[in-house]
Amino acid sequence: MAMKMLQNFFKKIFSNIFKNKKEIKLGFYGPPNAGKTSLVNRICKDFTGEELGSVSKVPHETRNVQFKEKVEISYKGSTLVFKIIDTPGIATKIDYEDFLKYRVPKQEAKKRAKEATQGVVESIKWLDDMDMVVIVLDATENPYNQVNITIIGNLVARKIPVLIVANKVDLRKADIKKIESAFPEYDVVGISAKFGKNLEEFYESIFKVSKKVK
Amino acid sequence: MVKKNLGKIKGFTIQFLPYTEIKGLNSTERIKKILGIVLNNNIVILQGRLKTEEEARLIGDTMAMIDHVKNFKGIELAVIGGNGNNGFFSRAKQNLANAIAGGDMGAVTIIGPATIVKEIKKNPKKIELLLEK
Repeated sequence: MAMKMLQNFFKKIFSNIFKNKKEIKLGFYGPPNAGKTSLVNRICKDFTGEELGSVSKVPHETRNVQFKEKVEISYKGSTLVFKIIDTPGIATKIDYEDFLKYRVPKQEAKKRAKEATQGVVESIKWLDDMDMVVIVLDATENPYNQVNITIIGNLVARKIPVLIVANKVDLRKADIKKIESAFPEYDVVGISAKFGKNLEEFYESIFKVSKKVK
Repeated sequence: MVKKNLGKIKGFTIQFLPYTEIKGLNSTERIKKILGIVLNNNIVILQGRLKTEEEARLIGDTMAMIDHVKNFKGIELAVIGGNGNNGFFSRAKQNLANAIAGGDMGAVTIIGPATIVKEIKKNPKKIELLLEK
């Protein structure tokens, strides 16, 4: 009888600890076509078994904020619970004619452009709701883009911890050193979301940066 | 909102905007003033820089205008120089001081309509303004 009471006592305590485990709102931000959804899909697939969104070579494939709740990421025996938030790429210009180059029909291109502009507005609005943000950059592109600097500046102003990911390291043009020298105060992890390269280091960094979450 | 039409681009001017012109304005008025100049096919060279939240709002308002102003495709934006160029974090800390004192006079902000400015290429050593043909 006493044994059973003791068992119930511990069971209750552990279930309460688990129930109260805070879900960290983890946002994925960056310019269009950097690979945010590819990375989010990789994480969701690894820890929930299903992907979150569709990916495409055509920019602005993600035009709505999409999220997955209660994603438990385990690394070296520890587990953290995240709400993974994938955001539309932030840009300062959107021209429907750019989509025509990808053989998107004109009407669909116009619709895509309109939705993409609304997606950028939505992404910016969601900045206030994040506990932690992963900035996904294309390692083959110039990192000194004002959009990147503006996003990071806004996160610093809101005291939101940041991790920078240099994606597409599988490509010959990729230059992680350039990204590291552009943002010397941040951890930069080079990965290939497409091929799942270096994700262990990515998860390690996620756990490291999550300690700064208030 | 009144629908505007930028029409065909026949030319453009570069307009220098001293910080004193926006110093007394609130964020909404600052962005309205800058976008007003850009919508008239001008490239704005602003003395100093906007606050980071104003930069984000400028991007958001630009996106909203693409839907309402015919032939407007957005902007190109770059901030050059300023205090603490050696690192982003030191710049961010300096920005806090600038937010109180106003502006970061060592910086220059370039904002142009995307129909005229194709790209602003920036690296720590130089800046290139590529125009549409």
